[in-house]
Amino acid sequence: MKKKLLLFFLIGLTLFSCSGSRDKSKRSVAVTLSGAGATFPYPFYSIVFRDYMRKHPGVTINYGAIGSGGGIRSLRDKSVDFGASDAFLSEKETASMSAEVLHIPTCMGGVVLSFTLNGIDSLRLTGELVADIFMGKITRWNDPRLVAENPDILLPDLEITPVYRSDGSGTTFVFSDYLNKVSPEWKRVMGKGKALKWKAGLAAKGNPGVASIVQLTEGAIGYIGSEYALSLQMPSAYLKNRAGNYVKATLETIAAAAETDLPDDMKLTLTDMPHPDAYPISLMTWILVYQDQAYPGHSKQEAEVLVDLLNYIISPDGQKLAEQVNYAPLPLQAVQKTQRIINRIHFGGERISTVPDPEMAVVNVLSQTEVAKDSMKMSRFEKSIVNER
Amino acid sequence: MKDKIFKGLLFAAALTILVLTAGVVYVLVKQSLDVFQEYGFFGFIFNAEWDPRPDTEEYGAWSFIVGTLFTAFFALLLCIPFSLPVALFNGEYFNGRKISSFVSSVVDLLAGIPSIVYGLWGFYTLRPIVIQLGINAPGFGIFLASIVLAIMIIPYASSLSAEFLSMIPNTLKEGAYSLGATRVETIWHVSLPMASSGIVAAYILALGRALGETMAVTMLIGNTTNVPTSLRDTGNTMASVIANQFGEADGLKLSALIGIGLLLFLITAVINLIAKFIMKRLAAR
Repeated sequence: MKKKLLLFFLIGLTLFSCSGSRDKSKRSVAVTLSGAGATFPYPFYSIVFRDYMRKHPGVTINYGAIGSGGGIRSLRDKSVDFGASDAFLSEKETASMSAEVLHIPTCMGGVVLSFTLNGIDSLRLTGELVADIFMGKITRWNDPRLVAENPDILLPDLEITPVYRSDGSGTTFVFSDYLNKVSPEWKRVMGKGKALKWKAGLAAKGNPGVASIVQLTEGAIGYIGSEYALSLQMPSAYLKNRAGNYVKATLETIAAAAETDLPDDMKLTLTDMPHPDAYPISLMTWILVYQDQAYPGHSKQEAEVLVDLLNYIISPDGQKLAEQVNYAPLPLQAVQKTQRIINRIHFGGERISTVPDPEMAVVNVLSQTEVAKDSMKMSRFEKSIVNER
Repeated sequence: MKDKIFKGLLFAAALTILVLTAGVVYVLVKQSLDVFQEYGFFGFIFNAEWDPRPDTEEYGAWSFIVGTLFTAFFALLLCIPFSLPVALFNGEYFNGRKISSFVSSVVDLLAGIPSIVYGLWGFYTLRPIVIQLGINAPGFGIFLASIVLAIMIIPYASSLSAEFLSMIPNTLKEGAYSLGATRVETIWHVSLPMASSGIVAAYILALGRALGETMAVTMLIGNTTNVPTSLRDTGNTMASVIANQFGEADGLKLSALIGIGLLLFLITAVINLIAKFIMKRLAAR
């Protein structure tokens, strides 16, 4: 009875503090989160953050698409609450961080080879052919090696114009990472990186720059982020994957790349994956957060909203938004592993288990008074996974 | 009292500009120090290698310097046959008449068009023509970029030249006519020589403008890292490599890009100084 009274008292207090706050909404919190990093997932983040803010009035999330490198720098300076990157932290970068950083996968994408070739809309390529085209070793579309791969198509006697990115880009990194794996010569001559030393072709800035040159140049072929190419419905090549199948980049084939043994920290590249349907140039993109959210200038409330936001991104609702803007959703196994990583986030040793919703504020109070048991501590999404099982 | 306040305001405004310019130079020098220490001043300038891969990192500005000078000087060459007649039309034949002010305001309008619009026009309209002419297969390159640059700098060259042509005393030209010279002979032997240093200065200023142009050139030049040797080649300029690669750059690469910025600053400053010097000599005459 005493406990119940205490409970009512606390609930009353919570409600009182709500009505007393300056904004008259039901919310108890006015939290602003800021993040910065990769440009590749920006369209997805902008709609998923907007959706989250609509559902949680009082929460503001700002995201600056300043590039993966900038995102990592900002997280290191602790000038943002979360960073975002298309590549997981290198050993050097991990060492430069002041504390343990967790990688939370948010969605998947790919790099497609788009081309303009006189009415031809299905073209088969292999990794070696792509490497030789972009190294300037195959220079004409009717090259015997291309013809051998495409016996049903009449390839024209036309110069190939490879188009690549003039700016440093995660897209270039993933593209070169793939070619590094499949072509020894590429590995020796070109290597991998966000910017390379190219031997042939033309360059343009950003996906839109490459896409517009490819679309307007007869005989051009360029690599473009799948989210951009799919939304423009540009013709793209079938690529031979490791299993020997010719696969076109779709949300399903990109997601298939992650159907593999995933490491617990989810730090992996998804190029040249073994699944029979896997599109060979796929990638995962991450949000980076500190495992211990208790650091100067960071409140527990902010940490709670951040965890709730991450849970929302990997929830079925959040992943559905990813599909709407042509990103592949994370497969179930990946979601489960990611959930475990999110659960590892803590605030100075204290577990962050709450969701600062109006109705969840109660749970918050309960867990603090240790009345609630484990079932109450679970976030909504954990429950939904349990139900699925 | 009012006078003093006004004077103080003017002084402050002038000082601000000086401090700002000094600040720009300071930051450029400070941030590019790394790359100049690594390769040496001339080692950085004359190295054509630009390799951004972390393992084999090496940065040199030569291919961009050549690309910049190549496009700018070719654009200057292309713009002369258009801007000089316009200048003669406005400054000599129809000086002070309505038609002249109409033509000159249309030409000045060219200067007001944002460079991205020139870039789009070059991309969608001019490039197919260049491909049909058979200059090179993709259309992009030094040739396309130079043509668009030439059109962009016509107003700068022509309006200043016209100004100098119209300043020539009528008595001189009348003297030529009275000796039986035709109009063409008068222009050739009196007007042009008299205004020559002013016209040269006008073209040097136009050149300075062409050197720094970024957006339109980036869209049209092909952005490849190589030393261009012919008009058919693609290439890159100093301004456009900075615009392209600044975003994801850090460490030595960032320093190299800022170093290129400093070099561009120096080149344009020298060209402006030359123009000033020539104009001063003209005024003294």
